[in-house]
Amino acid sequence: MEIASATYIEEKLKAPVPVESCRFHFPLLRRQVNGKPLIYFDNAATSQKPQVVIDAIMRFYHEENSNIHRGVHYLSTKATEAYEEARVKAQKFINARSIEEVIYVRGTTEAINLVAATYGRKNVNEGDEVLISAMEHHSNIVPWQILCEEKKAILRVIPMNDDGELLLDEYDRLLNDRTKMVCLAHISNALGTINPVKRMIATARARGIPVLIDGAQALPHIKVDMQDLDCDFYAFSSHKMFGPTGVGVLYGKKELLSAMPPYQGGGDMIKSVTFEKTAYNDLPYKFEAGTPNIEGAIGLGAAIDYMKRMDLDAVAAYEHELLTYATTQLLEISGLRIIGTAKEKASVISFVLEGIHPHDIGTILDYEGIAIRTGHHCAQPVMQRFGVPATARASFAFYNTKEEVDVLVKAIHKVKEVLG
Amino acid sequence: MSLLRELYQEVILDHNKNPRNFRVMEGATKHVEGYNPLCGDHYTIFVKMDGDVISDVSFQGAGCAISKSSASVMTSLLKGKTKEEAEQMFNHFHKLVKGELNAEENLETLGKLAAFAGVSEFPARVKCASLAWHTLQAALHDDAQTVSTE
Ligand SMILES: Cc1ncc(COP(=O)(O)O)c(C=O)c1O
Repeated sequence: MEIASATYIEEKLKAPVPVESCRFHFPLLRRQVNGKPLIYFDNAATSQKPQVVIDAIMRFYHEENSNIHRGVHYLSTKATEAYEEARVKAQKFINARSIEEVIYVRGTTEAINLVAATYGRKNVNEGDEVLISAMEHHSNIVPWQILCEEKKAILRVIPMNDDGELLLDEYDRLLNDRTKMVCLAHISNALGTINPVKRMIATARARGIPVLIDGAQALPHIKVDMQDLDCDFYAFSSHKMFGPTGVGVLYGKKELLSAMPPYQGGGDMIKSVTFEKTAYNDLPYKFEAGTPNIEGAIGLGAAIDYMKRMDLDAVAAYEHELLTYATTQLLEISGLRIIGTAKEKASVISFVLEGIHPHDIGTILDYEGIAIRTGHHCAQPVMQRFGVPATARASFAFYNTKEEVDVLVKAIHKVKEVLG
Repeated sequence: MSLLRELYQEVILDHNKNPRNFRVMEGATKHVEGYNPLCGDHYTIFVKMDGDVISDVSFQGAGCAISKSSASVMTSLLKGKTKEEAEQMFNHFHKLVKGELNAEENLETLGKLAAFAGVSEFPARVKCASLAWHTLQAALHDDAQTVSTE
């Protein structure tokens, strides 16, 4: 197989990408499933990868593979450069002040666990409160539950209305002197709601309460700016934003990160070790123990390059159009109910069909080549709030089309025919 | 359509719409909850034992067509059967949905269970089909109060 050269990839990464043609950059979208052209509507679970990302990872293994921050030899220098360049790309992409604030992690889940286990353990004590929202992913619930249990602290929950919008008055009321941390999804994976995080961050910070934002679903859809948001921590995963799995970023404000104890011990996170004492490394390395996911970071860098060539406002507009179109079409199907009808929504549609379990919907759609997610979407409290055991969820990326939505609608009619 | 139709056979659709023995049982010897966290299927199976014989069996709960119809068919087959016979049935059923038993060659042994032959073509659904049976096993074996297929 031929491997794209560095210059070829770089050139590819410079050309602008119009939304209409980006579909062709994703090789997997060309395949068939069950004899039908694949329609990939499970983007909230993970996105597909453009050729440039795949090429960048291949090239790393063909030409630069070696460990980082360790050797003086040529390859190690090259690998370290590529790995650190990707960090700079991530820093610029989210507008963090410096690379010290950009910590590589395995993904959103690890980022949140890191904050809970270090900042949380240090600052949350008996009787204190941690405030999360009613629409969090299990990743932004369980680490706080574990912390609260250990510290005898209290986990409080911001409620939401029937459209899946957080009740801001309740939020303001819930903030108090014992609140030590606010943890919120930027965009809900189960409902699609875009939360007014900037306003919510400002309220908490005015009271000196740090805020962690779970940005797993935000990065693939909207521009995020750390200095504009002014949150204390922000977590995201590469695999949901067109990069590879197994890598992600924890953004943290430098003051907070500096004061936090390390998360894991090992190589790379130390300056010097004797059996008596270890001096920890500087930021961001203090939180990066062991050989990291090098090709993952490089792949994430390529994904960011790819996204930077797109007009993200045009992407958002296109996705919004797709969302509106799909919502209108789906609502014409009798017995179909959409769960999550917030005014501010990303291109995620959770729905239920009267008398038909989502799992059966999923199987029949799959038979038609359509990949959607069915189940509780790692957000069981959301399902309980809306009184459904599960939903079917179609989540769109910029490479999806209205024609694909039409096929979905037809296939849902077929579901009703088979199971009706 | 054919594979789909094989999965969603008339028997399955019928038991999904009109589940048999779908009730809470008063004076059950044992009831056990079965849960499939992946899709949220959730049932309680009730059994009344008369020595070694299952004198009554019923279920309650919610889930997909495959899991519900499987629970329904199971309860309709088990009344009056011994523990051992129930176990044997489970064995056959398990092999059937995993594609290790040919339905057509074993129609006599399988009886109504043969309707679930299509499941073997849909590996993601084997757990749905087996949930009620696993739960029953626990009920017959004095195991835990809750069974999870994960
Ligand atoms: C809102 C949200 N938070 C957290 C996560 C967890 O991300 P990861 O599995 O990449 O750690 C997800 C992904 O499913 C998500 O959608």
